[in-house]
Amino acid sequence: MRLADEWFHRAPGPAFGRIGVRPEDADLTRQHASEPLGERIILTGRVTDSDGRPVRNTLVEIWQANAAGRYVDPADDHPAPLDPNFTGAGRCLTDDEGAYRFVTVKPGAYPWRNHDNAWRPAHVHFSVFGPALGSRLVTQMYFPGDPLLPLDPILNSIPDAHGRELLVSRFDLATTIPEWALGYRWDIVVRGRRATPAER
Amino acid sequence: MIPTPSQTVGPFFGFALPQVEGQGDVRVEGQLLDGAGEPVPDGLLEVSGDGQFARCRTDEEGAFHFAVQQTSPFLTITVFARGLLRHLSTRMYFPGQEGDVPASVEAGRRHTLVARQDRGVLRFDVRLQGPEETVFFV
Repeated sequence: MRLADEWFHRAPGPAFGRIGVRPEDADLTRQHASEPLGERIILTGRVTDSDGRPVRNTLVEIWQANAAGRYVDPADDHPAPLDPNFTGAGRCLTDDEGAYRFVTVKPGAYPWRNHDNAWRPAHVHFSVFGPALGSRLVTQMYFPGDPLLPLDPILNSIPDAHGRELLVSRFDLATTIPEWALGYRWDIVVRGRRATPAER
Repeated sequence: MIPTPSQTVGPFFGFALPQVEGQGDVRVEGQLLDGAGEPVPDGLLEVSGDGQFARCRTDEEGAFHFAVQQTSPFLTITVFARGLLRHLSTRMYFPGQEGDVPASVEAGRRHTLVARQDRGVLRFDVRLQGPEETVFFV
């Protein structure tokens, strides 16, 4: 059922302040005694709304498999090794420009039994709150050049090619830190005040 | 600018997204059910409104619970689950607080928006599909 925007999409978003955020939560490589195995990456970008305004001080949460393609979640039974130095969960608040930044390792691809020989491309799950109910977003970010992207029914649940491209990060040499970590940039756009909500 | 498309929350968010019990003397209990009436064991619900926030996962029975304060006629409930490409949103009205919005819903489905008293707690089930499908808002 369609509700008037001012009753719904523009209503204040969830008061997520009771989810604590510490600075170290943004570095997924320093949550244990030692560093995780895998390709260390910096994952950064801006959150704006569809009217082009930065979304400041909003909660961004990420979760992912480890470099071997295994989640810490006990329900994941993929026979790839767990990494005692990697949980795969991070959170941060966007800054005054709407920017977020995580340090993590590149997740591995993993099989998921959806169909014969089904593999998920490497991806990082993102949750973004934004200022209004209508700006709430949960999605997945992918890596450029992944040969599994065209084969993935989840990415391909987005019918248009441009929409799918919006979920693929780009490698960025300027974000890359020499001798330390590769940089990927991915900008996020949440629904703004003028946006037309998608129908179900 | 085109909003970033939504993708499913998937099955493995439980270790990463902290649950928030909510605060208040009203306990709400419910079940998340699919179109066949089967429990959805790996769903996530967020409750918001009037400065309140709760976030809870469903268990193997599809059951969830949270605590709130009744300070407004309704709370917004957002549902995430592995089978949903995009989250769904509905409203939970407190009993006797139904206003214009439930009244504008067809009479046979209005009750899906209203919690009911059940032995000291409020009961509010969410049905994703089927004849008793909860009214969702866009």
